[in-house]
Amino acid sequence: MSLDIDDYIAKEVHACEYTLDDYTTEPARWCKGCGAHGALGAVQRMLRENNEAPENVITVSGIGCSSRFPHYLKTYGFHTLHGRALPVSVGVSLARPEMKLLTVMGDGDCFSIGGNHWLHTLRYNINATVIILDNEIYALTKKQASPTSRQGTMSNTSPRGSYLEPLNPLSIVLGVTNLSFVAQTASWLPGHMQATLDRAWKHKGLAFVRILQRCPVFMPDAFSGASAEFPAQFLEHCSGITPDKGILRNAPTVAHDPSDINAAQKIAANAHKDLEPLGLLYLNTEVPTYNEVRYSHVQQSDKFAKAELLNQYLDSYAIGNPNEEG
Amino acid sequence: MSKATFETKITELDEHIVEIVSDAGEGAQAAGNTFAEVCARSGNGLWTVEIIPSEIQPPPHTTGSASGNRIRVGNSPITNGGDLTNLVVAFNEMALLSRIQTDSLAPDVTVIIDDMWSRHDDAQIRQDYREILDDLSAKGAKVWELPIETECQRVAPDSTRGKNMFIVGMLLCLYNKDLEAGFTIVDEMFGARSQAIVEMNVKLMEAGYIFAQQTFAETYSIAPLQDTDNLVAMNGNTAIALGSVAAGYELCAMYPITPATSASHELSDFFEKFGGIVHQAEDEIAAIGVAVGSNWAGKPALTITSGPGLALKTEFQGLTVMSETPLVLVNVQRGGPSTGLPTKVEQGDLLAALWATPGDAPKVVIAPSSIEECYHIMPLARKISEEFRALVIVLSDANLATGRQLFKRPTVNPDLLSNTLDMSPVPPGTKPFDWDPETGLSQQILPGRPDGMWVATGLNHTPEGKINYLSASNQLGMTMRSRKLAVLQSTLKTPEIFGDDSGDLLIVGWGSTKGAIWEAVAKERAQGVKVSAMNIQFISPLPPGLKEAFGKFKKVMAVELNYADDPNDPYITPENRRYTQLATILRSNTLVDVDCWGKVPGSPLMPQEVRSIIQTQIENIK
Ligand SMILES: Cc1ncc(C[n+]2csc(CCOP(=O)(O)OP(=O)(O)O)c2C)c(N)n1
Ligand code: SF4
Repeated sequence: MSLDIDDYIAKEVHACEYTLDDYTTEPARWCKGCGAHGALGAVQRMLRENNEAPENVITVSGIGCSSRFPHYLKTYGFHTLHGRALPVSVGVSLARPEMKLLTVMGDGDCFSIGGNHWLHTLRYNINATVIILDNEIYALTKKQASPTSRQGTMSNTSPRGSYLEPLNPLSIVLGVTNLSFVAQTASWLPGHMQATLDRAWKHKGLAFVRILQRCPVFMPDAFSGASAEFPAQFLEHCSGITPDKGILRNAPTVAHDPSDINAAQKIAANAHKDLEPLGLLYLNTEVPTYNEVRYSHVQQSDKFAKAELLNQYLDSYAIGNPNEEG
Repeated sequence: MSKATFETKITELDEHIVEIVSDAGEGAQAAGNTFAEVCARSGNGLWTVEIIPSEIQPPPHTTGSASGNRIRVGNSPITNGGDLTNLVVAFNEMALLSRIQTDSLAPDVTVIIDDMWSRHDDAQIRQDYREILDDLSAKGAKVWELPIETECQRVAPDSTRGKNMFIVGMLLCLYNKDLEAGFTIVDEMFGARSQAIVEMNVKLMEAGYIFAQQTFAETYSIAPLQDTDNLVAMNGNTAIALGSVAAGYELCAMYPITPATSASHELSDFFEKFGGIVHQAEDEIAAIGVAVGSNWAGKPALTITSGPGLALKTEFQGLTVMSETPLVLVNVQRGGPSTGLPTKVEQGDLLAALWATPGDAPKVVIAPSSIEECYHIMPLARKISEEFRALVIVLSDANLATGRQLFKRPTVNPDLLSNTLDMSPVPPGTKPFDWDPETGLSQQILPGRPDGMWVATGLNHTPEGKINYLSASNQLGMTMRSRKLAVLQSTLKTPEIFGDDSGDLLIVGWGSTKGAIWEAVAKERAQGVKVSAMNIQFISPLPPGLKEAFGKFKKVMAVELNYADDPNDPYITPENRRYTQLATILRSNTLVDVDCWGKVPGSPLMPQEVRSIIQTQIENIK
């Protein structure tokens, strides 16, 4: 086969065929300063870097401010129900394994109403990048406590401060079997966020990415106001994510081998009292995806072979014939 | 093997209803299935009804433990479970009592019971046994107390196993069926597991046969159907499973729930060979979500459930309707509300299927009326769901799910078994909701097609798929989605009327009660009664011409297995009376004063019940 020079240039030289505009539908309607803007930009840059054709990407979301995401990203999208983005993602993933799947949810969406799907879909290990925009509050419904709201958060359903310790999503995720990828980043660290999304995108299996997300309208003080004071630590390892610290330049860097589940669980368990970990907490590239597990048992055949087989099954229910299959 | 060897009288019968009941786990269900299978293979018309306790291991020797099978065998095609039982084989007196308590037995029923309980150590058991049998005899039953356990022990040292096959042997002799056919089925059941088990069961079956030859001076014979060519016998859930394969489905997303689950068991058994998978989701919400995601992305998927699961699926139904994603949802009805009567039949989900989704969510609701229709309705449902971008709910029920019936073997259309996706670039200007202003119909753009990117959403949206909050846009979307039902309705025919198309009384039903209603109407018509029947398969949209058809009868009455207030009950007035579910819809849609009969016995409708309804109504009309 001769090498066509135009093909070569198209493939190798112009690695990015697409511009950011190719991934943009309309100006996003989130509030000024909302962390979701940053996350959308990081996703768009990541898609461009990966040279993804927009038509080959499916973005599924739930309901919430964060879940408006697909409307602003020019891919195929499904803006589903509050809490239910993951089941729809499972269906999409089973139906079209050749497509690239991005699932976007909020903290209430994923950890509260969608909690059951959250646990089980992690275990299925579908091939998808799953991002949670965690602003520690219910924003779309105008400020009610979320499972990740810090104790004492003033909200419309907890006007004297929220009562319980927050849920620790990282600890929960790290207790699920078949887990393959867990990372955390923050919406005000564009470089780190993009690097994290890129790793997640390239991962085969379910890449769970929690993005700490600013909501300046309802939670201006969360994450120390997304200032340089936010108590965080960057996880570093040769197989991890490069700590592009941005505004958190003074945050410490700690060595963490993401293949070590016990170490990851320990870091996660201390996150709230200690320093929020940023980077790759856990990675296991060996876990088969749900499609691999299920379709390895499935026979592929043409319609005539299927018809023949169905005829055999029907015959096995014929009266006068021995019922072999029934 | 020869039939009865000493002098016996063989009585020719048109049909008989035979029951086998035991404690759960003692094998009466397997015995019933085996006997039914022999009858089916010998060409008899057939309908079986499972007798199922709700618990897996209920306390033994109680009425709650009764488990078994009810088999209606006949010399003509059989469409329902029939009336009262003619012959019952009971492993113990409590199993028998449970059948008396459910009013299942004919007064002159033949009872065969193990006499071991008459000698039991427990005086209470001895006393119960005697009282129950004496009572039955006094009412006209013919009771055979037989040493079944003792006889089994001669062949099998552990008689707690295999007694059921002894009983099958007895029944084969009693109904002059071929013993070898019974052996064949034993081999099919156990052959793969162990040859020793096959031999033991064959020995027991043969012993039962010989014992019956020596015991009964009168045996029965039921001729085969006139035409037994090309028939299959299966239950409704198997028919749904095979029908789903025939329809070209490639994914079934479900969460276990009785009585729907066995359809998924069947699919789990063979779906992978057809390129399909059964996804057992974490709950029913996820199950429908997976099916919606799959259909939207281009792989045909369905979800199967029963009442409580249907309740959990309501919000997703709304999303399905709003995003115009094709979906077939099979709901195998059981008794409700809440956990209700989980293993028993009821037709109580009709209004929930139609209306439980908040907001206006027009959808298609159809109901198979026979096991044959359980098969054929699946390709039909898929076709409607895709052509109309609609949610189609298929309402089966526990009676169809577990009953078994003979029907014409379906032919397979290979063209439904391939699924090729159009991945061509989308022409500029194509809209994801390109509603035809007349019909509301549009084509979905499948993900992956270049230049077609759009976002499905549960929010109100424009033809371009863009979120919109303006009143005109909302009105348009609602109109378009509703219009599709009217378009579908325009393609339907007025349902066939069984009997004359005018007369004194029209009985209207839907779903699995068709067999019993039509049988009753046929018998009453044979007596000269001017009664006819109609079964409505499309409940949303209702077929055209109902008002006109109803107008030709002095009275129209819906007969359903769901609750209605009895007009004679305290506090019930014509204004506050709650009607059966189909009657409610028919009244509102036709403005005809449709009356109703609705009961929730948890058991299939009997033709004789319908006959007595007809007789009472005809009396009132005169
Ligand atoms: C079944 C259901 N319950 C409640 C709601 C209302 N609701 C919409 S978004 C939301 C919570 C949003 O919070 P979160 O998921 O954290 O997302 P955010 O808006 O903060 O991005 C709620 C309760 C709904 N849409 N559906
Ligand atoms: S309310 Fe908060 S989360 Fe929602 S768009 Fe505004 S800033 Fe973002």
